Order: sequence, then C-alpha cells, then structure tokens
Amino acid sequence: MTAVARRAPATEIGVPGSKRLVDRVLRIRELALLVILAVLVAGTEVGNHRFLSGQGVKDLLLNAAILVIVAAGQASVVITRNVDLSVGSTLGICAFAGGDYLRGGGSPLVGILIAVSLGAGLGVVNGSLVSFGRVPSLVVTLGTLYIIRGLDSIWVGSREIVAHDLPAGFVTLGHGGPFFLPYLAIIGLAVLIALAFYLRSYRGGREFYAIGSNTEAARLAGLPIRKRITAAYVLCGALAGLGGALYLARFGNVDSGTGSGYELTVVSAVVVGGVAFTGGSGSVYGAALGALLLTTINSVLPSLGVSSSWEGAIDGFLLLAAIAVDRLVALRVANVLRRRNVRHG
Amino acid sequence: MAERRDGAGPWAGVATARLGGLVRWDVVVALLLAAVLVYGFAGVDNFGATINLSFLIGNTMAVALVALPMTMLVVAGEVDLSVGSMAGLSSALMGALWNANWPIEYIIPFCILVGAAGGLLNGLLVTRLGLPSLAVTIGTLAAYRGLAQIILGANAVTDFPQNYLNLGAGRIGTTPIPYTFVLYAVLLLAAAVTLHATPIGRSLFAIGANREAAYFAGIRVKRLKLVMFVLTGTVAGLAGVVWTLHYASARYDNATGLELSVIAAVLLGGIDFDGGKGTIGGAVAGVFLLGTLQNLMSLADVSAQSQIVVTGILLVISVLGPRVARQIRDAVRRRRSAAPAPGAATAPDIPGT
Repeated sequence: MTAVARRAPATEIGVPGSKRLVDRVLRIRELALLVILAVLVAGTEVGNHRFLSGQGVKDLLLNAAILVIVAAGQASVVITRNVDLSVGSTLGICAFAGGDYLRGGGSPLVGILIAVSLGAGLGVVNGSLVSFGRVPSLVVTLGTLYIIRGLDSIWVGSREIVAHDLPAGFVTLGHGGPFFLPYLAIIGLAVLIALAFYLRSYRGGREFYAIGSNTEAARLAGLPIRKRITAAYVLCGALAGLGGALYLARFGNVDSGTGSGYELTVVSAVVVGGVAFTGGSGSVYGAALGALLLTTINSVLPSLGVSSSWEGAIDGFLLLAAIAVDRLVALRVANVLRRRNVRHG
Repeated sequence: MAERRDGAGPWAGVATARLGGLVRWDVVVALLLAAVLVYGFAGVDNFGATINLSFLIGNTMAVALVALPMTMLVVAGEVDLSVGSMAGLSSALMGALWNANWPIEYIIPFCILVGAAGGLLNGLLVTRLGLPSLAVTIGTLAAYRGLAQIILGANAVTDFPQNYLNLGAGRIGTTPIPYTFVLYAVLLLAAAVTLHATPIGRSLFAIGANREAAYFAGIRVKRLKLVMFVLTGTVAGLAGVVWTLHYASARYDNATGLELSVIAAVLLGGIDFDGGKGTIGGAVAGVFLLGTLQNLMSLADVSAQSQIVVTGILLVISVLGPRVARQIRDAVRRRRSAAPAPGAATAPDIPGT
C-alpha cells in the first residue's frame, strides 16, 4: 500500500488519485478474504480431519456454487449502484417452473432454459421499473420480492416437486461430477469467468462501473444508462433463474417457500466480497469469494458444534462488519491523502 | 385533480413545493380510505360488525405503531428496514424471558429497551460512520432476526398471564376499539405534534430537504437522526410486545415482513422516499387504507398470498405513481415553456394512480 501511495500523482488531481487508492485498498480485500478462508478451512481441518477429504471439498463446492452464481448476478447490479432484493423469490419461482416442466420427463436443457428465461423476464420488469421509473431500486425490488413470492404461492399452492419426479440425468447434474469437482461448481466457475471478463474487458461492462461511480457524470458523458441498468437486472434475474434450476437439480425438492430470505444471504455475500453498496467498485470474483466464505462458515459451524440457527445472525453481522470496515478504510485513506496534499502544498 | 392550490393548509409549502400542480397526495389517500370504508360498510356483509372492525384495528396496530416513527425517519431522508426483525427479536425475547420465569412487569420494559438498543446500533452506524441507512438496516434485518432465532429457536411461548393477553387482544366495552388503540392514539398525538408543531419536526423536514443546508443552519443533524433511529427501534420493540400479546404467541418469526407493510403504508401516505415531504396524517391514512383493503380481501376469501401481491403492487405504485406524474408534468411544462402560453393554462389532468 505504501508503495502505491509513494508515487501517487494524487498531489495534483486529488480526487481521482484518492479514488484509485481506495480501489487498490479494496482490492486487497479479495486477498484478505482468501486468507480468512484459508485460515478457516485449515483451522477446521485440524479439528476435524474429514473436513478436507474428497467428499468434504465436494460438499463445500456444492454448497457454494449456487450462491456464487446468484451473487455474481447481484454484484453486477450493485456495481451500478442499485440492488435487487427479489432474487430469492425469482430463484424460487424459476426452480418451480423448471421442475414443473421436467416433471413431465422433458429434456434437462430445456428445463434450465425455461428457468433462465423466466428469471430474465422478471429481470426486465425490475430493470424497467428502476431505470424508467427512476425510483429507488431498493423499494421497487422489495415490492417485487413480495409480488413474485405471492404469485409463486398462488401458482404453486401446496404442490411440491420431489427428486423422484425428475429425470435421472438432471439429478446427476446436481450431485455428480468428475473427481471432487461437482458439475455445479464447473458451471459456477464458467459463469463467473464469463461475467468477470465481460465486466472487465467489454464496453458494456465498463459502463456498469461508470454508472455506479457517478451516474450524473455517466449521463453527461452520454452513456446509455437505462439500457445498462436494465441489462444488469436482466443478467441478475437470469442468473437467479439459473440458480433456481441448479437448486432444483441439487436438492430435488421445491415448494412455494423455496428461496425465501435468500436475498439477504446473497446481498451479504456480495458486500462482504467488497462490492460496495455505493456502486462502481468491486468485482464478481470478490462477490464469489464472499459467497464461498459465507457458505464455508455455515459448513464449519456444525463441525464446531454451533447450532445452524446462527447462520442468519452471522450473515447479518458479517454484512455490517464489511460495510463498516469499508467505510473506515475509505475514511482513513482519504485522511492520509488529504494530509499529504496539504504537505505538498 | 388540477390547478395549483397556493397556500392550502399549514404544510402546503412542504407538501406542494415539489408536488407542484397536484392536489396533496395525503388528502387523496384519505379520500380513498373514506371511499373504501363507505364501500365496505354499504356493500360488504359483516364488514361493519363490531367483531370485524376490532379485528381490522387490532391487526393493523403493529404496522400503525411503527409507521409513526418511520414517517419521521423517512421525512429526515433515512429509512429503517430492520423494524420487522426488531419486533421479532422483542417477541422472541419476551418468550425466552417468560420461560426463564422473569415477572412480566420487567419483561415488557426490557423488551422495549432492547428495541431502543437495536435502534441505537442502527443510528450509530448510520450517523457516526456515515453509512447508508438502507445498507445498515438490511444488515440488521438479517442480524436481529438471526438473534431472535438463536434466542427462542423454533419454540412458541403462549402461556402469558391472562390479564396481559386481554390487554393485547381485548376491546373497550362493546366498542370495536381495542385497548392497544388507546396506546396508539397517545403516540399518534405525540408524533403529530412533534413532527408538525415543534422545532424538532421542522428540523426533520429541513434535514430531509437539504442535509447540508440544515447543518449550516445550526441543526444538529447527526444527533437528531440518531434520536429518530432510537425512537424507531423503541417503537418496534413495543410493536413486538403488542404483537405477542395480541396473537398470544411469542415466536422468533413473528412480524416477518412488517417492514414491507410499514414502508408500503408510509410511502402510500405520500411521504417521499427522498425525504423532506410528508405528513403524519398521510401515514395514518396509508396504514388504515392498507389495513382496510386487507380486511376486505379476507372477507372476500382472497388468499393471504394474493394479499401479499396486492401489498407489493401498492408499494411499487406508491413510489412509481408520484414520480411518473412528476415526469409527465415536467415534460408538459417543458413543452409549454417552449411554446409560450399565457398563465391561464390549466395543469394536465394526471390520474392519481
């Protein structure tokens, strides 16, 4: 960090320099997450030698894969300084839609496509409301969270889908995989790499960041703000739909309550992973690490003898800690820079 | 719904400043409530029955209570999404302490105090660290519900003393008014006076309208916001107690989704999510409009799930409506100023969505 700071051209152009430094500091977050994750896994392995067996690693990856996928979608929305709270409901209704089709013995690929396109469709609704109505995304998606969940409950009623109804190939997708690598993790990784590449190297992806860091500046620069924000929501909805299909494959059991409260876990994962609520910073890799950390903590708890009812509280307090630490670091960095600017006149 | 009404009512400056040509939104909602009530009394069997009215009021109490401080918070440009979890935590704590043989006279104040502490944590994170209240309270939404689950697990505690249960569920004589409504009426009066007739209330509007300007005008922005968060937490804790006694059941998942109803009601009542605008009267109208609609839907055998859909749609409409109206109005005004017309022009007729 000091090496970065020493040659900072921030003395002339204070604000962009400090912004860049803050970004670098936040990037250290991903490293810190890796370290915490490693310590956590190593510590548990010492206490319980089966934790890192082939099956143990497989379970860890299986648990994380779905959250990673949904969190990656959420990250792209948060980067544009919005949020999508309806992902839990979207995941639930898409899982049931896919399952309802597959129950008739259809092709798994079509089932997944149904789930993904339904999710994307719901994303279009969210995105249009946010970008064209110019209303706070949090309120709108809080509304659609309940609307989608309600529609799901009306449609599903007391029906449920069990693994027995599903084609065998689809269930294998949710459990199997070469060596200790589950198919779900491979899909998650592919989604992650593709999305990260898009956000990093494509014009559309860069504009997500531009809109998130300063919407007004982006508007003045002529960026297609509405189009990009809608795109982010469609992406997020589609990935929540994919998450729903994979949830169906993994657990085989879907009813009208599937995915309730999942949005909190997803948002926690994204923010813990260093994608700031204030937009314009963070990466999907960070969000994925956040997701991996949360699911690993939740896997570690039982082996430490802590009841699983702690999950919710831990997710919440980790989220609080993450935003508080982000803020403190940003304030500290800004202070350092200001002092240096004063010294150099 | 046309024509500017200059100087209408004591808060016209605030309420109409940016609403521009529209009639005040809270009045519209109040009229809507009156229309729904007339429809209910005239056209729906059993709606006017004493027992149904007492259910209507009793079921609305928790939302109505929390909506009071929430209105002030939203007027000041902040929001608290953790109120439902806070009420759940208060309820779970009540059950756990009762199981631990605490006397109920201590349990109730303690639960309310815990609510205040939860509000204090929200407020400190928002004001001292400068974090966005949405982010903070999403975190505490998860955290407080999690704590509630840790405290009580999946148990339900129902054996509270009968006289307290009567206080939570009973009504005054043969009127449909529950005892809790008296508590609500007192708090309503206090909130209305504070927001609309004291320097504190004026300061909240000033903060919501322009934080910087309020700060330079000498208003202690952070302290006032902190107090409002503590107040919201306190009332949420109280709502948890009321909820527990009213339904005679302490569970960790009590009052799940309360925040949605409260925010939907407050926004429906014309309190602007950006801060600086709104009236307690609007919030009350919003709360009871929502409560009455839900009651009517129950009477018509509409399922609970469909009611959730309706609440969600109302929430979306109540934030979307005023903004779309404003955008249309701005567009019309721009066109009109491009083609100069004399001042006699009437405002466009915008449906009140």
